[in-house]
Amino acid sequence: METAKKKSELKIDPEALPDKRGHFGSYGGMYVPETLMTPLFELTEAYHAARKDPTFQIELEHQLREFAGRPTNLYLAERLTEHCGGAQIYLKREDLLHTGAHKINNALGQALLAKRMGKTRIIAETGAGQHGIATAAMCAKMGFECVIYMGEEDMRRQALNVYRMRLCGAEVRGVSAGQKTLKEAVNEAMRDWVTNVRHTHYIIGSALGSHPFPMMVRDFHRIIGEETRHQIIEKAGRLPDEVSACVGGGSNAIGIFFAFLKDLDVQLTGVEAGGREIERGHHAARFAGGRLGVLQGAKTWILQDDDGQIDLTHSVSAGLDYAAVGPEHAYYKEKGRIDFGYATDTEALQAFRDLCSIEGIVPALETAHGIAYTMRRARELSSNQIIVGNLSGRGDKDVQEAARVLGDL
Amino acid sequence: MSNRISEVFAKAREEKRACFVAYLCAGDPDFDTSVAACKAVIESGIDILELGVPFSDPLADGLTNQLAAQRALESGMTAERVLDLVRAVRAFSEVPIVFYTYYNLVFAQGSVGYAESAKAAGVDALLTLDLPPEEAEAHLAACADADLQTVFIVAPTTPDERLPLICKATTGFVYYVSREGVTGEQSSMSLGIASRVSAIKQHTDLPVVVGFGISTAEHVRTVAQSADGVVVGSALVNCLATNLSDRTASIAKLKEKIGSLCAESSLSG
Repeated sequence: METAKKKSELKIDPEALPDKRGHFGSYGGMYVPETLMTPLFELTEAYHAARKDPTFQIELEHQLREFAGRPTNLYLAERLTEHCGGAQIYLKREDLLHTGAHKINNALGQALLAKRMGKTRIIAETGAGQHGIATAAMCAKMGFECVIYMGEEDMRRQALNVYRMRLCGAEVRGVSAGQKTLKEAVNEAMRDWVTNVRHTHYIIGSALGSHPFPMMVRDFHRIIGEETRHQIIEKAGRLPDEVSACVGGGSNAIGIFFAFLKDLDVQLTGVEAGGREIERGHHAARFAGGRLGVLQGAKTWILQDDDGQIDLTHSVSAGLDYAAVGPEHAYYKEKGRIDFGYATDTEALQAFRDLCSIEGIVPALETAHGIAYTMRRARELSSNQIIVGNLSGRGDKDVQEAARVLGDL
Repeated sequence: MSNRISEVFAKAREEKRACFVAYLCAGDPDFDTSVAACKAVIESGIDILELGVPFSDPLADGLTNQLAAQRALESGMTAERVLDLVRAVRAFSEVPIVFYTYYNLVFAQGSVGYAESAKAAGVDALLTLDLPPEEAEAHLAACADADLQTVFIVAPTTPDERLPLICKATTGFVYYVSREGVTGEQSSMSLGIASRVSAIKQHTDLPVVVGFGISTAEHVRTVAQSADGVVVGSALVNCLATNLSDRTASIAKLKEKIGSLCAESSLSG
C-alpha cells in the first residue's frame, strides 16, 4: 500500500516536541499579549520542575487512581463488532472516569500544579461542560476559588453540567459574545487571566492555546494511550491496526495517540465535527475547510475568511464546536502520521443511538463522532483486524439535548 | 530617519508636552461616522491616531472595544475597507496613523503583503497585539522592508530582562500598558509609571507612551509628567457607543471629551 510504505519511512520523535517555545514544527508557539508572556514562561518552568519531582508524580498517580478512577478498562465491544461485521472493536472506557470524561486527567494534573505554584484561584473555559465539571470538582476537592466561562448557547444545551458545576461551588459565567460557544468562552477566560494572572491559574481544557498548554495538556492525557497500548497487548496479544478518537481541540485524541506515534503500522485517525455539511459556517472540520492561521495563542489550522476573521462553526456537540485545532495535530497531519476525517451531526446521532441500543453505553455526543467513524471503518476492515476507539466521555449530559433533537423514541 | 511619528514626538518635546494618542476602532459604528470621528479628533489637536482594526476575537480587549469591533464588522468593515478609511483620513490629514491589530489579520495576507498595502494606504506603524517579539522575526523584516514602523507593548508583568528584546523589536515607540493603579492612590500610581518609563528608557531612545484606561483629565496630567505620550481609548469609543442613534451628538460628545483631555497633556499647563 502506498500510504503504508510512506509511513514506514517517517521519522517520528514525539518526545522531542515541542521545542522550548512550544513549536511543533511550524505550528504552536506563543501568540499572546505581552502581559501573559512572563506568566507563561513561569508556568512552563513550574511544569518542568513538577514533572521531574517524584513527589509531584507520586501525588498525581495517587489522585488519578483514588479520585479519578484510573486505570480505565479497554473493552471488547462484541455486539458492536458483530453489528458492523468487520474488525474487532475495542473501546477505551474514559467515560467511566470520575466526572464522566477524560477531562479529569488534565484538570487534576493542572490543579496540583496550581497548588504547587501557590495560586488561589482557578479559571477555565468549557464547551460541553465536561472540562468545566472536572475543574469544578478538583477545585471543590482542593479548596480553590473557581470561575468557569461558558458560552450561553452551550449553557442551554448542556444545562445539566452547568448545575453540576454550581453544585461543586463553581461560579459559572455565561458569555454572550459572538456565537456564544467555546471560542468566546476561551476569549473571556483569557481576559480574566490577563487581569488576574498573579494569583489565578487558567486550566485550559484542551490541547490548545499558547505554549505550554498544548504540551502540558497532552502530557496529562498520555496515560490514556499508555494504558491502551499495554491493555491491547495483554488482551489481543498485539498492537491494533488502527486507533481513532474525536477531535475538538484534540486532547483525548493526542492522549490516546501519543503512545502509538512511533508504532508506524498503527493507523491513527482523528474525527472532526462535520456538522450539517462541509459548508462555511455549518461545520467544525478544520482540516476539511480551514487553513493556517493564529488564534488564541497558537499557530494552527483555523476556520476563517480571506481577511482572517474567524468563521462561525456548527456542531451538534458543544465540545467539538470550535474553529481551531490543537497545533500538535496540525503537525502530525502535515507529517502524514495522523489522518483526519469527519462525522456529520446525523452520523454522530446515529452512532449515539447505536452504542446505546447495541452495547448499553450512552456516549457523549462528542465521542459519538469518533464512534461513527470507528463503526464505518470497522466495516471496511476484516474480522482479524483490530480497531480501538477512544470512548472519551459519557453522554448523561447529552440526554436532554438528544431528546430535543431526536424526539420521542 | 525622519517620519511622521518621530516628527510629532520631536515637536511635542519642543513644546514641552506629551503627545496625545487617540484610539478609535476603524469603522465604528460605520464607515462614514468613523471618518467623521477621525476628523473630529484630529481637528481637536491630537498628535497620533491609533486605529483599532476590528477582529472577530479580540481577546485582549475589554467590553467597550469588543463591542466597537463588533459594530464595525457588522457594518461591513473588511481589510480593504479599513485601508479605505486610512485613505479617507489621508485626504485631509497628515496625522501619524498606527494600526492596533491582531496577528491573524496580518498573517492571513502575509506580513509582506500586509505591510506593503498598509504603508501604501498611509499607515505609519503597526502594533500587533498578540505577536510577541519572539515570534516576530519575519514580520519585523517585512515591516522594515515596507518602511512601516513597529510598536510593541511592555506590560506590568514584563520583567526588566525582557526590555532589551522588546525595545530591539520596536522602531516607532514603546507602549507601556499599566492597568494597575487606575483605582489606587494617585501618588503611587504616578510613581509606578515614572519608574517603569525610566526603566524602559534605559534600553531605548525611542519615545515611550502610556495607556492604562486613561479617562480623566487628572490621569492625562499625571501620565504626561513622565511619559512621551498618553493614549486614550475606551473613553473616546464610549462617546460613540452611547450615542449610536444620533451621529451628530456622538461626534459633538467626542469633540467635547477630547478637548477636555487634550489640553492636559501639556507639561507646563
